Amino acid sequence: MAGLAADNLTCIKRDRVLFTDLSFTLSPGELIYLRGPNGAGKTSLLRILTGLSSPESGRLYLNGESLEATRDVFNQQLIYIGHKAGINGALTAMENLRFWCAQHGTAFVASHAYEVLARLGLVGLEDVPVRMLSAGQQRRVALSRLWLKPATYWILDEPFTALDTDGIELLEQHMQQHVASQGAIITTSHQPLSEHAGPFTELVLEYRL
Amino acid sequence: MNTLINGIFKRDMALAFRQRSELAQPLMFLLMVITLFPLGIGPGPVTLQKIGPGVIWIAAILSSLLAMERLFRDDFWDGSLEQYMLSGQSVAAIAAIKVLVHWLVSFLPLVLFSPLLALFLNLTVDMYVALMLTLVLGTPLLSLVGAIAVGLTVGLQRGGVLLALLLIPVFIPLLIFATSAVDSAALQLPYRAQLAIIGAMLMLAMATAPFAIAYALKVSQN
Repeated sequence: MAGLAADNLTCIKRDRVLFTDLSFTLSPGELIYLRGPNGAGKTSLLRILTGLSSPESGRLYLNGESLEATRDVFNQQLIYIGHKAGINGALTAMENLRFWCAQHGTAFVASHAYEVLARLGLVGLEDVPVRMLSAGQQRRVALSRLWLKPATYWILDEPFTALDTDGIELLEQHMQQHVASQGAIITTSHQPLSEHAGPFTELVLEYRL
Repeated sequence: MNTLINGIFKRDMALAFRQRSELAQPLMFLLMVITLFPLGIGPGPVTLQKIGPGVIWIAAILSSLLAMERLFRDDFWDGSLEQYMLSGQSVAAIAAIKVLVHWLVSFLPLVLFSPLLALFLNLTVDMYVALMLTLVLGTPLLSLVGAIAVGLTVGLQRGGVLLALLLIPVFIPLLIFATSAVDSAALQLPYRAQLAIIGAMLMLAMATAPFAIAYALKVSQN
């Protein structure tokens, strides 16, 4: 079965059960919109999917094979953008992207990166240390990775935080294109996805006491 | 290997040179602590020569604790560490490269400064050569072992003092052998045995520490 499958995942944090026996499949060409109140375990679920943390029980499968065995293959096809943007404030936007691409084994073409930053409205800010930029601009630098690394799976944790309406529309359109070209996205967001994002499946986590 | 050099080594070097003050401060601290000793104990040449090697090594250990935290702190808080872990590279190899850069930017200047320190404390040429050798072999050990503790404490708020409490006892054997080597040099005795022991500890750390650091970082992520 193609895609990333979660099988009976259970997550317990500080003696509180966040979710039990959660199963779903994220297939290529699908956008899953993960919804739930604060503290429901959305971030925990996404971190389990990336492999940064381990579930209490349950397993993950990539294309029918255990994810543990195919972790390296999965990482090459994955972009994760979490709460923490993963960009260093002392480096410029271009440097951040260049080093990130080098770490991920993605070819870095400077002209392409300039183009992407321009599309994200960062013209003239490419060589400014990122900490000098506004929160929304920093988020745009982090999101520009979605244009740079060819990856099937996108795991996005609150990607719209600090973005203005133009930024949100730009990202939603890019997400729709990605899904249309057989990409797979799982994203959380506290604001509902608009029609720009295209069709999506909802996955709702309840807050449990 | 190329990915590690372009992605980690060059990045950390660029960062180090952009945050020069953070690198210079521990070195200034070391120089100041060492100048305090002649002032506090009295500038008797014999006394200084006797305490000199110990003073330099203790000051080096203390100042290394100041600089140690920056090894993974920023990467942890800004999320770069998560991105390393998902990059498909071995985290142990990334950690080894980061420790190498840390040694180059925070301990190599100390080794280069050490003739000045030796002059301050009235060390003989033999003692100075021995001191230099112990620093060259011993400071990478400080970096490697220190990085494990930094990996473990990086997720804690204000882990600085805890880091010192964890590490100082671990550095005691190194301090004993290093100062004993310099003492032997002062008496014109051979000190190869002490150097060999420090070298053996360094080999062990080089072989195992990267994996321990990788594991510590993974635990901090959970």
